[in-house]
Amino acid sequence: MSDVAIKHDEHRDDIGAKLGMWLFIFTELLLFGGLFLVYAVYRNIYPEDFHLGALQLNVTLGTLNTIVLLVSSMTVAMSITAIQKGNSKLSMRLVLLTLLLACVFLVNKYFEWGAKFEHDLYPGSDLVLQFKRGSIIFFGLYFFMTGLHMFHVIVGMVVLMVLWFKLKNTTINKDDHVLLENGGLYWHLVDLIWIFLFPLLYLVT
Amino acid sequence: MTTTIPYKSYLEPHGKYRGLLDWLTSTDHKRIGLMYMYAIGVFFMIGVLLGLLMRIELFSPGETIMGPQTYNGIFTVHGVIMIFMVVIPGLSAVFGNLFMPIMIGAKDVAFPKLNLFSWYIFICGAILAVLSQFTGNGPPDTGWTFYAPYSTQTGTNVIMAVTAAFVLGFSSILTGLNFIVTIHRMRAPGMTWFKMPLFPWALYSTAWIQLLATPIVGITLLMLIAERLFKIGFFDPALGGDPILFQHLFWIYSHPAVYVMILPAMGVITEIIPTFCQRKVFGYKAIALSSIAIAGVGYLVWGHHMFTSGMSFTARWVFSFLTFVVAVPSAIKVFSWVATMYKGSIALKTPFLYSVAFIFLFMIGGLTGLSLGSLATDVHVHDTAYVVAHFHYIIFGGMGFAFFAALHYWFPKMYGKMYNQRIADIAWLINFIGFNILYFPQFVLGLQGMPRRYFDYLPQFETGEILSTIGGFILFAGLIMMITNLINGYRKGEKALDNPWGGSTLEWTIPSPPPMENFDTPPVVSNEPYDYE
Amino acid sequence: MSNHDTEKQHITPYWVYGLILVILLACTFISVDVVHYDLKAWSVGIALGIACIKGTLVLAYFMHLKFDNVLFKILVAAVIMLFVSFILLTFVDYLYR
Ligand code: HEM
Ligand SMILES: [Cu+2]
Repeated sequence: MSDVAIKHDEHRDDIGAKLGMWLFIFTELLLFGGLFLVYAVYRNIYPEDFHLGALQLNVTLGTLNTIVLLVSSMTVAMSITAIQKGNSKLSMRLVLLTLLLACVFLVNKYFEWGAKFEHDLYPGSDLVLQFKRGSIIFFGLYFFMTGLHMFHVIVGMVVLMVLWFKLKNTTINKDDHVLLENGGLYWHLVDLIWIFLFPLLYLVT
Repeated sequence: MTTTIPYKSYLEPHGKYRGLLDWLTSTDHKRIGLMYMYAIGVFFMIGVLLGLLMRIELFSPGETIMGPQTYNGIFTVHGVIMIFMVVIPGLSAVFGNLFMPIMIGAKDVAFPKLNLFSWYIFICGAILAVLSQFTGNGPPDTGWTFYAPYSTQTGTNVIMAVTAAFVLGFSSILTGLNFIVTIHRMRAPGMTWFKMPLFPWALYSTAWIQLLATPIVGITLLMLIAERLFKIGFFDPALGGDPILFQHLFWIYSHPAVYVMILPAMGVITEIIPTFCQRKVFGYKAIALSSIAIAGVGYLVWGHHMFTSGMSFTARWVFSFLTFVVAVPSAIKVFSWVATMYKGSIALKTPFLYSVAFIFLFMIGGLTGLSLGSLATDVHVHDTAYVVAHFHYIIFGGMGFAFFAALHYWFPKMYGKMYNQRIADIAWLINFIGFNILYFPQFVLGLQGMPRRYFDYLPQFETGEILSTIGGFILFAGLIMMITNLINGYRKGEKALDNPWGGSTLEWTIPSPPPMENFDTPPVVSNEPYDYE
Repeated sequence: MSNHDTEKQHITPYWVYGLILVILLACTFISVDVVHYDLKAWSVGIALGIACIKGTLVLAYFMHLKFDNVLFKILVAAVIMLFVSFILLTFVDYLYR
């Protein structure tokens, strides 16, 4: 482990950089972890109301978005293989494709949320406030969790754009691609969280 | 001696810019440490003045200088400032930044720019906290704990104060992240984990708490804001929420956070005691590993803040039990310190005096903590002055005095000057006496039933309250004396030696004040730390 | 010399990622489909179990944990355990109220 080879190296420490990224990912995981804890507690208190709430969600759109995110996770992972093989053109295309898929995700979400707002299903609306208590909480959680996740998608898109430019001006290249790996890790995190959000919110029926 | 060779110290200008800008754009870990210290010093004095205001109010029964609402506002800012802006960043951001990289033989932390960025975030958070006092509908009055459902309903400016705490937490996370990577990746050749000095060990454990516990309070505070803005109802019983869940989430972070305060303090004490006894530290591994154990078990005891909240009975005894478990590694450290002193050639210098005071005060704080951790007694004294006394003994008597110890220990290294040691000793005595007169009576008052966070009290508590206020002023005088002495030392103190105390860790092998790059040639470590024999 | 020269790089072939994606998608469809059967208490368990499998795959392959420094694996495991203990302890309260 790190005991053996500790180098004083002014240039680069890829493992250090990656360790830093992983630590950051841990903080994000626990940030959402807190929410999952809240979810677990309230689901335990109001199983039926959560069931009824989940029935209101659009499983098709949710599934679609899951697929989109999974594919985008693959494309960004592939872009690393591409750069490792020295094919920066392909790597850039894959990053761009990931970005595109991220946009698809957001558009989808826009329609999904839009439909909810149209039906007056949003926290604090007169309709929701008349619901059973558990359903109020369910919708609160739904919007809060997917909203926070969406925020991470947007941040991830900015990261992807930066990566694209860095690939373009060869700051990221065959021999130095830890930035791409770290950016990729962030994007996978976004995917990872969705993997758990999706069944908890849409499939607990 | 290296001192005769001219070199450029980190205090001298070195960047593109001159003056203040040179500092504000510097990514040097030592400078960032000092910048934290100046900021935190100012916050600390503000907090102390607010504390004194509360003490004056409590000097006599009835309204003395302020009404209840003002008092509520003041104990809230006092708590927010002291906890989030003074003690949580305190030792790790100041002395961790200043000395951890040097002690492990590195040139800087792993991510120097991120380090500077954390400082700016810290300042932003601090500004928000100050703004929350003057904007919106009056200063927040929830206490630093922001307990729901009151915090979701009060008309005062809670949102901004909560945002401030969130931002400050972010800064804390980034510092922790930086330190973990630094300690993993940048130790000097030959410095294996178990050759690393114990202050870095303590910081390492602390960093893991900062990193993994802070996000939980982050999300909790976000939920609180969302609840206020959008009526989401997470913590509002009328909307199906459970206020006790807020307490769970809050203390999942805030109990580990007290270890963020105390672990580095223990680390400092572990550096100072071997130096002034000229003896190898007793039980090196036990101290190193007990830091990790405290960090680990410390995550699992949060419920002891909630014994009277309506939590299930099972949870109460489980948390009570775990609380007793976490006391064990803390006690191991105390025994190690005392065993290190045994048969040592003790030099009673100021840093050592502060360390002894630390041990004494920490013992009182820790033992009263156990009586709070045991279910039956806690039910009796919960939310009384007893609790106030307990946590001041831990945070102020523990972390605060350790900070002063560190300040006097490393001052000659930081500035290359020495303060007047006689005056420093006198100030120490005044601080120690003042502290005990200020807080000890509150144990008694609490046992007699004086509640916490009250601006008024029944006449029977008057003697204790007056005594306590007098102690506050004595302590204040001591603090002023200590600070003026240090400032004078900085301005016109005599030149300090490279190793004035005979320390054995790496920071004492380089000139005072340290050069910009810390080491001319990267050090190679072969022996264990504290090798005095 | 920088570190990465000494450390041999692992290049994951494209097809591995493709395969993982196929498995992930299959899991997704299974968990969506399972909802239609009346499995009572099991349904949440199954949904979560599948999510855990998917999460592990993403961590191991997409996020390269399988080929990376052991340190990262240990840390990820520790963080997950920490989170699980938060849940367990909180439920010591909620389940016994
Ligand atoms: C001369 C110094 C200080 C004085 C005179 C002082 C005095 C006080 C007083 C009177 C209270 C209010 C008790 C109540 O009515 O419930 C209080 C609360 C508190 N103090 Fe201090 N204090 C001092 C220093 C500190 C320090 C150094 C820290 C932290 C390291 C600290 C942390 C706190 C906290 C967290 C609270 C609780 C606030 C709350 O109830 O929300 N204090 N202090
Ligand atoms: Cu605690």
